[in-house]
Amino acid sequence: MNWSTWLPPLVVASSLLPGLIIFFLVEEKVLFRTALNLAGALSTLLLTGWMLWGVSHGHQYETSVPFLPGLELVLRADPLSLLFVSLSSILWLLTTIYAIGYLEGSPHRSRFFGFFSLCVTSTTGIALSGNFITFLLFYEFLTLVTYPLVIHRGTEKARQAGKIYLIYTITSGAILLLGTMWLYTLTGTLDFRPQGILRDLGEENHLALIVIFILLIAGLGVKAALVPLHGWLPQAMVAPAPVSALLHAVAVVKAGAFGIVRVVYDIFGVDFAADLGVTGPLAVVAAVTIIYGSLRALFQDNLKRRLAFSTVSQVSYIILGVAIAGPVASIGGIVHLVHQGLMKITLFFCAGNLAETLGIHTVHEMNGAGRRMPWSMTAFTIGAFGMIGAPPIAGFISKWYLGLGALQAGQYWVIPVLIGSSLLNAAYFLPVLHRIWFREPPDAWPAERDFGNKETAWALLVPPLVTALLALLAGLMASAWFSPLEWVQFIAQREF
Amino acid sequence: MLTDIAWGVIVIMLPLTGGIICFIWPAISKTLGLITVVGTALSVTGLGWQIIESGPYHHTVGGWGAPLGIDLFADGLSLLMLIMTALVGLGVSFYSKSYFKPQEATWFWPIWLILLGALNALFLSADIFNLYVILELIGLAAVALTALTGHIAALNSAMRYLLAMLLGSLAYLLGVALLYHDVGSVDIATLAEKIKPNATVWAALGFMSAGLALKSALFPLNFWLPPAHANAPAPVSALLSALVVKASFYILLRLWSEIFGSFGEGAAALLGLLGAAAILWGSLQALCQTRVKLLIAYSTVAQVGYLFLAFPLALGSNGMVWGIVAYLALSHALAKSAMFLVAGNLLRFSGHDRISGLEGTVQRLPLTVSAFALAGISIIGLPPSSGFIGKWLLIEVAVTQGRWDLAAIMIIGGLLAAAYVFKVLGQTFSDAKVSHDTGTVPASMEWAALLLAIGAILFGFIAPEILSLAHIDVSPSTNGITP
Repeated sequence: MNWSTWLPPLVVASSLLPGLIIFFLVEEKVLFRTALNLAGALSTLLLTGWMLWGVSHGHQYETSVPFLPGLELVLRADPLSLLFVSLSSILWLLTTIYAIGYLEGSPHRSRFFGFFSLCVTSTTGIALSGNFITFLLFYEFLTLVTYPLVIHRGTEKARQAGKIYLIYTITSGAILLLGTMWLYTLTGTLDFRPQGILRDLGEENHLALIVIFILLIAGLGVKAALVPLHGWLPQAMVAPAPVSALLHAVAVVKAGAFGIVRVVYDIFGVDFAADLGVTGPLAVVAAVTIIYGSLRALFQDNLKRRLAFSTVSQVSYIILGVAIAGPVASIGGIVHLVHQGLMKITLFFCAGNLAETLGIHTVHEMNGAGRRMPWSMTAFTIGAFGMIGAPPIAGFISKWYLGLGALQAGQYWVIPVLIGSSLLNAAYFLPVLHRIWFREPPDAWPAERDFGNKETAWALLVPPLVTALLALLAGLMASAWFSPLEWVQFIAQREF
Repeated sequence: MLTDIAWGVIVIMLPLTGGIICFIWPAISKTLGLITVVGTALSVTGLGWQIIESGPYHHTVGGWGAPLGIDLFADGLSLLMLIMTALVGLGVSFYSKSYFKPQEATWFWPIWLILLGALNALFLSADIFNLYVILELIGLAAVALTALTGHIAALNSAMRYLLAMLLGSLAYLLGVALLYHDVGSVDIATLAEKIKPNATVWAALGFMSAGLALKSALFPLNFWLPPAHANAPAPVSALLSALVVKASFYILLRLWSEIFGSFGEGAAALLGLLGAAAILWGSLQALCQTRVKLLIAYSTVAQVGYLFLAFPLALGSNGMVWGIVAYLALSHALAKSAMFLVAGNLLRFSGHDRISGLEGTVQRLPLTVSAFALAGISIIGLPPSSGFIGKWLLIEVAVTQGRWDLAAIMIIGGLLAAAYVFKVLGQTFSDAKVSHDTGTVPASMEWAALLLAIGAILFGFIAPEILSLAHIDVSPSTNGITP
């Protein structure tokens, strides 16, 4: 057996198979289901580690099977895809642990964990896609498997949110399909290649290519929550906390952002896209999204909604970094894919802990929560400071490189956007932190559960602490050989 | 040698004989029916092997060739239709085993077996008059199956169905007569060779196309389909939507790909236009329905519309498009039969098929709801299903030919399909408690639906193989091979 062709499909299968088996388990088989989940998550992690080692030593991992006449399904591990796979597999493991604690005793868990695993399958599939048709396949698959998670609770509100989610995602899928199809009829290939596949196309196609770019970005922008296509995201907050964590930090929004990175880098090619004049407007859209998301977050009292608008804003850093079209800014953008994931998942875990342990759902109920749950709130604080961009947390690194890259590319207007956004981030996070640490706790929490002398269940506490620590380390040790930043520089070398 | 057996004759005679024995000896009809269906499916495999090994299949019954005798002819396209019939037939038969009460079963099995034989015969015919005879037989069997329960609504819609079928066949027969008068042959290959456009041929084209379009429920001739498909027992609806509608479409496809295709541009444009209208109208109607079975029936109207888009696209695509629509027809047959079987399960489970009353079904009938979801994915055309492949290829042909209007309609049709599929699915996730008594659904009924739906997905992974199958000698006349 040849490992270089088997590894990518194995990574995808390592979450697919547990997912499929879990569907057929009865609710009561908690132990078996948990074991299966963890085994899946751990094997994904191991296989990813193996490929990371291989790719950094120059090995190639690629598999392809015929799919359509002239088109193949390709799974390929390149540095960029591995970045996303690593993020997914680490966060999947943690979120699984968290979800086991979070959903303890609630109904329909087999269904939940089944779709949860499939969600990771599609994310790893998206990451490893070697061409656009494969990407499209997993991208649509992601829509389908996240829908049952969004409406998991089955309430009227949840189904309404699910409906809106579907309207946005399916329509965008159709737009994406049209763009892809058009691209395919022009080029005859949909491969992802460094510097793109469009260089050889003549001048006469440039108008069509601009339209295609708009179609593709519009299709991907829905999941990436670009303004004005972000409407589904705050609605989807009705889902259980682990789902929100996963939707926001890893799966859905990142799939959109990752798709945009692929389109700009490996379909159009950064230089070609810049020559076409499409990156400038994309940067403006991203900047508007950054400011708009932060402004909306400022006025949300519901904690999860505030975090949701914060996501809208933060994900666009990635797109901004890519659209500035310079090597340093790209590093800032792509590394934010990981950094934002670590920080945002921490925040959502903590929000879930507050809801589960104390029944807190809104910001004004958070007074003094730090005294009752010091560990969770410490993690929350690290995440929040990271979002603001305070050194030495990961978020600072992203913003630093973004700013540096903008200056290097001569795009000075980006600097006020970054500063403004940081101020706004501070404006919506610092009051929360103030409430947590410096206000008096109320006499009674809205709905407190007793965990003895612990602040909450272990399964709920450990994941946010780990992710907060990772976010801290990603910033502190940014120049170590194992840091996301180093890996992203490796990616950027390939593109520029 | 296995390759020397006349599989083509067996796939017709086996179910016909089985059907007749079931009539005579109702006590064993269930067992015999299942054995016959399995045997027929195996024979189709044999025929397929023969075709893949040694090219198009040709058999002259009793040694009499054309123009006098009956010729059997099968190329890749026929084979694809036979596979479709065999797979759907298997699924529906295993479902019916548990579905029908003994009283109904004694009627269902003989008629279904005769229908199966007739369908196979139709896909093996190379002669427009034989096609007429078989088409009548299919129509009558289908109407009889629709009326099976004897309820007043079923009888009413069966009567309407019967009239539409007769009218359609009559128009078709008129066309056959005109062509015979003009060219002096009813053999498709001979017709293709000798035909020259003139007033008679144009009239024949009009009559035949209109008659077959009526039988295929092409918009606006779809009035008979929703009541007939919604009031028939679930397995029958599955057969009607998946197979019977395809039978008349197949004749139309044959006529156009081999006889009319070279000159009927205007008429092809009209068929395409109606197909586009069918997609929009059928999907919108489906979206407005409050009952699952009617929703699925209108979805058939829409999906048949996709097939008709092949006609305007055929000229510029070198016949590629016929293989694509055959593939799409196969995909639709699997998905749609799964959907109707799901509807049958829901009916059995809750005693009604109102969409608003589906709360919480996902917990109680997870396999059934999964079947609906998977079939729905294929109907919508989401990857990686066979529906996606078929629609992708068809859209690709449209975009290459600059037919953005058709591409847009296909995509809009997909969005509308998503809307009506998720309208049902969303309701099944609702957490309200079911108050009324619920019936039990046998496992075989759940699995039959699920397996058909899984088939619709899996066929998406073997698309290149299936499509190359469809292109085994797409058009014998243009390749200079006379059957």
